[in-house]
Parts: sequence; structure tokens; C-alpha cells
Amino acid sequence: MNRLLARRFAGNSCLVRVPWRSFCDAAAVNSGTAQAKHAEKQRLTSHSEEYDVAIVGGGMVGMAVACSLASMSLTKHLNVAIIDSNPALVNGITIKKEDPPDPRVSTVTPATISLFKEIGAWEYVQQHRHAYFDKMQVWDYTGLGYTRYNARDVSKEVLGCVVENKVLQSSLLSCIQNADIRKTVFPARLTSMNLNPSSIPTELNGTSSTSPWRGFARLELSDGTCIHAKLVVGADGSKSNVRELSGFKTTGWNYAQNAIICTVEHTVENNCAWQRFLPSGPIAVLPIGENFSNIVWTMSPNESSELKSLTESDFIKSVNHALDYGYGPHPKSSSARDGDLSWFGAGLTSSAGEGFTVPPRVVRLASERMVFPLSLKHANSYVAKHVALVGDAAHTVHPLAGQGVNLGFGDAFALSRVIGEGIAVGSDIGEVSLLRRYEAERRPANIVMMAILDGFQKVYSIDFGPLNIVRAAAFNAANYFSPLKRNIISYASGEQRLPLFT
Amino acid sequence: MNPTRLAFIRSTLCRHFRKDTNSARPLEGLKIIDVGCGGGILSEPLARMGAVVTGIDAVDKNIKIARVHADLDPGTSNIEYSCTTAEKLVEEQRKFDAVIALEVIEHVANPAEFCKSLSALTTPGGATVISTINRSMRAYATAIVAAEYILHWLPKGTHQWSSFLTPEELALILKRASVSVKEMAGFVYNPLTGRWSLSDDISVNFIAFGTKDGQ
Repeated sequence: MNRLLARRFAGNSCLVRVPWRSFCDAAAVNSGTAQAKHAEKQRLTSHSEEYDVAIVGGGMVGMAVACSLASMSLTKHLNVAIIDSNPALVNGITIKKEDPPDPRVSTVTPATISLFKEIGAWEYVQQHRHAYFDKMQVWDYTGLGYTRYNARDVSKEVLGCVVENKVLQSSLLSCIQNADIRKTVFPARLTSMNLNPSSIPTELNGTSSTSPWRGFARLELSDGTCIHAKLVVGADGSKSNVRELSGFKTTGWNYAQNAIICTVEHTVENNCAWQRFLPSGPIAVLPIGENFSNIVWTMSPNESSELKSLTESDFIKSVNHALDYGYGPHPKSSSARDGDLSWFGAGLTSSAGEGFTVPPRVVRLASERMVFPLSLKHANSYVAKHVALVGDAAHTVHPLAGQGVNLGFGDAFALSRVIGEGIAVGSDIGEVSLLRRYEAERRPANIVMMAILDGFQKVYSIDFGPLNIVRAAAFNAANYFSPLKRNIISYASGEQRLPLFT
Repeated sequence: MNPTRLAFIRSTLCRHFRKDTNSARPLEGLKIIDVGCGGGILSEPLARMGAVVTGIDAVDKNIKIARVHADLDPGTSNIEYSCTTAEKLVEEQRKFDAVIALEVIEHVANPAEFCKSLSALTTPGGATVISTINRSMRAYATAIVAAEYILHWLPKGTHQWSSFLTPEELALILKRASVSVKEMAGFVYNPLTGRWSLSDDISVNFIAFGTKDGQ
């Protein structure tokens, strides 16, 4: 099967200078070089191929689009091109069990997990390290209130699952390799794009002097190849080339914050997600499996460079300090047996009775510390003729609720579904009217989520007495007012599209 | 309105010709004629769904536009367009598995003769699909007053209310032309979402699917 794929990929015209290396078959490498020479020769003489969909960006969201198209009977006949210079797409991603967790992780919501299961990619995730969590505790430095969430509040088993990005990517890669959709990887970068190759001639004298590529978008890549596609999917991240080349304007601002991420180890297993809002930004601890956790600590750029340059043991001390008595006291733990809670009535969630707990102590730093600047960015439009944006290319959010990649996956599955609906009625998949349906579905939901996250970021970055009390009241309300808590959990799990009491 | 019309056509033709609805090209192997094709707005999706499509229109300019547009997509470049009428094709004894005439019958001088021509073009056991506007008060208010005079979706005088047919009349003239109407549906417009949808309400725009007797 791998060798068949290898031959098909290497034999395609105007492509891969690097022969497709199969994972375990040494013989294929030898046949690969001969085919690479053949491919070179063909490249110089053949025309560029035509594709139905060209996905620019083979990261998690781009591959999710490809896998989703491969999983639906209406779209699995499409010819897909994937453009990404990352050699991992050609060589595969090797993940060794004994490696400590990579600090780049994502929290995957239950809605995303069921979408993954639908396309058959979740079984690959389960073969590697991944950590479900069913509890979450959110509090701040003032010690005036806290909220504990439990999956049982909404009769579910998990609130989410924390997975390393390389595991997600490798799972999607395995999923697409085992699917029988036609796909070609172009290990290059997009350099230029023409969405309207030429205009319609005004003289209608019946002769067809038009170029054969007029109904396609034309893409030029960094290695000189050019391809044509009916639809270009921009899945190339927050600095999206596709977005720039298509002329989409964006709105947004930089937060004056950086995030430090790293993997740490405890002496016990962590199975709860923790988030404490500190004066200059939240610190989040997410279980990643075994005794490891992932830390995302948001702070001002000066503080982040300071912390990055601390020794390991000093850094660990700061982390433990921030999670414990640093910056302020513990909130008072209350239990449901207290008399003054009885007026909330029956139907208190079980987590309302859980007391406040301090997160497990960090004993060791298990990875390097990475620092990223944080910003918010939103494209003013997601679609145009022959082009659609998904994922971070369309929207970049603050990581404080772990929603970013879930919005991206939501986009990917919505786009592939809209493509399927278009094909069902014989539409041209590059038509704007069809793509606008995808935009109308995703843009409002994404904007609401971004507004909420931005709101949280702003509210929690101000240390002002009365505001602190309002925030504390909000914590307590979320903890004890069950409909609100259930609503919050449902919305954050992706079960609800909009945060209304529907 | 087009995706909704196509959804109806796809579902009725797949059921009638026993084709797989989950396929991306369910109309593969069917010869279809689009009578009054205009710029190809129906012919192109039918071709992408796998049918061998012939598009005819009485206006030559429409045919030219349709041909140029169809050449943009390799999936539609084999549509046969010609500037002719259904009657002329009947004389040439052409036959098709499905004959589709959407929003045409309200513009012809003699609807009964037109239906006879459409029926003659259909192979026995084949399908005939006609869509038009109902001759009802609601249709006068929406399709003529609102669409032509208020919203200006169509030029004034596009439609004459007296030449609209009621569903019963259409079914009758089709039956006289040996086509039995099997299914009928209406299109309704939701002004809030700006989308059309299929419904049982045939009081304004409606579409009828019939099969040619014999076999």
C-alpha cells in the first residue's frame, strides 16, 4: 500500500523533487530516486495539473479539512493538493513513547472529539499520549471566590482532552494516508496566487479562444511549480499567505502579553484543569498524561523574558508560588452543607459541593520554556471567489480558554460539509454563493467566542477593588447557579454554538 | 432558488431511475434536455452531476453566453447548446431520458402544444419536469407586484398573470400529453434568511415531476 502510494506520488508531473519515502520499506527508497528523475523530466515537459481543492497549510486544521473531505461519500472523489513545506508531511512524524510531552498542546473539546470520531481520526489519537480531564477549577489572586466545574454537572464523562499538537497532526496524517481520496503533497511554499486568471472576452463571436484554466485559481509555488484549483483553502496560520494574497483585511490588536509554555512533572497524576487569574495574566495547568502537565502562563513581555532566563529550580519555585499563595490568599472553601446556600434551591451541581484545592506541586521542568506573543486577529471576510479561510488564518484568539484550535476544527468540518452540499446540487465549489454559506455559519459563532475571550482578558487584567468584587461575585455565581454553570460548560465544550440560554 | 430546484430534480430523478443518491455523479448515464436554458444555470449543475446535457433556448445571445461560461469548467464543457425550439427537436425525432423546462411554460403562446412537444421528446418511461408560477392571488401579489414593481427582482412585464397555470391545469394538459404527474412541490422564500426552500405550499412557485406513459 505504501509503495503504491509512493509510486503514484512520485510519478505525478511537475512535483516532488524529494522522492516520497515510505515509512518502513527500504526498497522503496531506491525505486524512489529513479522515479524522481522521471518526475523531473516530466515536470519540464508537462502542463500543470488541475485540482478540485488546494489546501495551503498542512497543519492540524488543513489536514482536518482533507480528512473530512475524504470521509464523506459526496466529496471523496475530489482531487486534493496539500501545499506545505514541512518535511513531516512527506516523511511522517515519528513519536516515541518515552519522549516527554511536547509543550505545544491543545485542549480538544468534546464536540471536536466527536467530529474526529466521525472521520475516523480519533482512533489514531488514542494510540498516543492523550489526557481526558473531567474537572476544572478557576480562581483568581484576590481569594474572594472560585469555581469548580465537573463533567458530571452536565451528565458527561469528560470536559475535554489535552493532546500534543504533534499527536493531533500525526493522527490526521495517518487518517488521510489510509483514506482513498486522491491527494498530492507539494513540499513548497505558496509564492503567488491569481484568483481570476483572465476576464471574459466582450466579443461573443462563438470562437472559444479562452485559456483552459479560466474557471480555476492559479497558484505558484516556491519551487517553480504551478497548479490550478477550483477552491483554495487557506489553512496557513495566523500569518496566512493566502489571506494576504487574496486581499482580505483584518481587524485586531496585540495584547501586551506573552505566553510562556512548558511541560512540568508532578509526583502524582494530575487529572484536573486549573486556571488562576493573576494580576498580569492567567496561569493554566493542563494534565497531559502520566504525571506530566502543560503550563500556559500569560504575562507582560518583560516578566516573560525574566522568567525564561531563570534557572530551572527558580522557575519551578515561581510556578508553585503562582499556583499557591503567590499574589494573594486562597479562596474560602465552602460546601453545599452550609446553610446559607440552601436558598439556591435544589438542583445544585455536584461540583458546587467540592471544596477549593491547591494544584499539585511541580517538581521538575520537563521541557524547554517557549515564549509566544499574544494577539487577537480576525479576517473581515472568510471567503471570496475560489478561496476560503479556515482556522488561525481566519481568526486568532487568546489562549485563556483553550478554544483556538477548536474554532479551527469547527471551521474545517463546516467547510467540508458545505462543499459536500454544493456537490450534491452540482455547484461549482469555487462559487462565492456557496462559500458564503460556510462564512455565514462560522463567522458569527467565531466572533461571539472571540468577543467573550477578549472580554475575559480585559476584565481580568485590571486590578481595581470594586471590579475585583464583581469578578468574585461572578466566580461564585458560576459556581453555585447551576443553569449558568451548565450553560458555561456546554458552550465551552462546543455542544452549543452560541452562549444563550437555549 | 436554483439549489432548491436542483435538490428536487436530483431527488426525483434518482428515485425514478434508481440511482445512488450518495454518489457525487448520480445522473451518470442519463440524457437530459434543458428547455429554455438561458445562460446555463440549470444545465451546468446537471452536467456536473454526471448527465449528458443538451441545452436549448430560442434566444441566440443566451446560447452564446451559456457556451462561454460552460467552457470555464472542464466538468461542463461537453454540454451541447443550440439555439432552437422544442418543436424543431421533435421534428428531428430526438429523444431524452429526462426533459426539463423550468419557468418556460408561462411564456409560451400555447401551453398544451408545448407540453405535447415536451412529451414527444421524452422516451417512454422517462421523466418530464416543469416548473412555473401558480395563477393565484398570492402569486399576483408576490411574483408580479412585489417581484416586478416593488423589489425590482424582474423587469416589469416579465410575467402575465393570465398566462400562469394552476397545478390542476398543468397536470391535466400533461395527462393529455401522456405524462402523469407523480410529484409536486412548492418553493417558498424566507425574507429573514434570504433563502428559498422546498415546501408543500404550491400557491406561488411550484414544480411538477411527471413520467411518460408507456413501458
